[in-house]
Amino acid sequence: MKMNQQLYLKRRITSLLGLAFSMTAMAIGLAVLLWILYVLFSNGLSALDGHLLTSDTPAPGTEGGGLRNAIVGSLMIVGLTVLVATPIGILAGIYLTEYGDESKTAELTRFVTDIMLSAPSIVLGLFVYAIAVATVGNFSGYAGSLALSLIAVPVIMRTTENMLRLVPGSLREAAFALGAPRWKVSTFITLRAAKSGVMTGLLLAVARISGETAPLLFTALNNQFFSTNMGAPMANLPVVIFQFAMSPYDNWVRLAWAGALLITFTVLVLNILARVFFREKVSA
Amino acid sequence: MSLGSVMSSNIRSFQESDQVVSKDMVAIANKQRIQDFFFHRVTQAFSLLVLMALLGIIISLFVNAWPTFQKFGFHFLAHVEWDIVNEDFGAAIAIVGTVASATIALLIAVPLAFGVAVFLTETCPVWLRRPLGTSIELLAAVPSIIYGMFGLFVFAPLFADYIQVPLQKILGGMPLVGFLFGGATNGMGILAAGIVLAFMVLPFVAAVMRDVFEITPPILRESAYGLGCTTWEVVRQVVLPYTQKGVIGGIMLGLGRALGETMAVTFVIGNANRMPTSLFSPGTSIASVLANEFGEAEALHFSTLFALGFLLFVITFVVLAMAKMMILRAEKAKGN
Repeated sequence: MKMNQQLYLKRRITSLLGLAFSMTAMAIGLAVLLWILYVLFSNGLSALDGHLLTSDTPAPGTEGGGLRNAIVGSLMIVGLTVLVATPIGILAGIYLTEYGDESKTAELTRFVTDIMLSAPSIVLGLFVYAIAVATVGNFSGYAGSLALSLIAVPVIMRTTENMLRLVPGSLREAAFALGAPRWKVSTFITLRAAKSGVMTGLLLAVARISGETAPLLFTALNNQFFSTNMGAPMANLPVVIFQFAMSPYDNWVRLAWAGALLITFTVLVLNILARVFFREKVSA
Repeated sequence: MSLGSVMSSNIRSFQESDQVVSKDMVAIANKQRIQDFFFHRVTQAFSLLVLMALLGIIISLFVNAWPTFQKFGFHFLAHVEWDIVNEDFGAAIAIVGTVASATIALLIAVPLAFGVAVFLTETCPVWLRRPLGTSIELLAAVPSIIYGMFGLFVFAPLFADYIQVPLQKILGGMPLVGFLFGGATNGMGILAAGIVLAFMVLPFVAAVMRDVFEITPPILRESAYGLGCTTWEVVRQVVLPYTQKGVIGGIMLGLGRALGETMAVTFVIGNANRMPTSLFSPGTSIASVLANEFGEAEALHFSTLFALGFLLFVITFVVLAMAKMMILRAEKAKGN
């Protein structure tokens, strides 16, 4: 039997071209990541100095300045969000795994949660404006936390659920056989067994919300001064970056880059930490 | 659930045979049943919060948007006007900008994401899979405002000099398509926003594609290789048909993201409330109109912005729901 050399050559060339394309695509993806990191470091490092942490955001037209109020504001808003969203997300995740296997509501909740994960975050900001800013009469750090919780809860909920599902059923059965009530089995046995996985979800949620800008625009707004009052408008890094990057002042743009570097660095470190956590769990 | 029912029937039998089980044990069992009941209801209430949030979003946006819907009716969707002074609003300009930039983003991101997924599942050496996969996931984690700044300060100037000007020179004079490349070449505009969005959406789509490609049973792949297929033929004729639904789901997930993205778009789209006439002309998207104008909006302008938000939420919800259903079906095919 004779091989059709021409056809064979054509197929091999097609395959080669296809694989070359896929390698190029991968290279482009990596190049974009490295390019963004390079840009951030080259622009942001120059603005990283002692003033960044000790002075507040400068008024228009004044020299220097730092990001102290924005950093503190961001930490407080994200911190409160974590405090609120963690118990809600974990308990809801427990419900979905331990009770919600067959019910239609649980299935619907799962579906809606997955959609909320990708819902346009600016619309969440609008919603919180309508319920927590328009009704109270002023922008506030609390409203900002509420908006971020709407993003954090679904993340924590779904990862908790997925991690609890990895816990072997025999562990639950052993606990039940010893006479443990359901709530104890869910909290002291399965949740503890899935601890590092749940931690991963928490870290990913923090990473996700620390860079979110759109939901804070109409909720926490911004504040030029240092303030720890969460009932009032609050400075926060993403909104400061947004305003400063679009401004005509050189020192504002420089501060925007410093903030961008700070946020990206935090987010990437949190992501890598989350992966390390999860890998330890899998190998253990 | 079976375990729970076994437990509760045990407790009932405890109460019936008082001689074997002491009163204390019954008391403890009853206490635990009450605790379990509360635990069940509390966790359930928390999980229902998500559904309530969804309902709350739809209702509150609609209520706030009502004056606009009432005044303009369905005409609002197709009306090309954005006149704040005379309070004459239409959603067409923002809708066109949103859809155009998201479409451009997908046209660029989908082939690239497909390439990345093929590389990660087929040709990449095993020891490199994890680090390369992680770096694509890290690209997905970069906050969107960073893409926006990157687009504004780094990408737009390069785009103007090395892409817009040559494209306009070569294609601008051509009949039929020439108008697409007209206008100012300052780096901003629909096309620039689409490209920056593409960078942002690429990792999301690639991650879903990679995950569904891995679902393909090895035996199918190996059979195809055994018949003498080249790698590309295996991907095109075995893996892709098998994972079709998941791939479409991944693309729609990317579409949902691209439609609702605010920051990456706002920085580079140009923010002009005019109907874009070419790929280079500045435009606006629903999300960026909201980001730019909500702060100083009043009366009808205010409710019109809510109307835009409502539209955006409904559109992305439908797209994401379809994406989710496609991905679910693809996973079911795996036999989960």
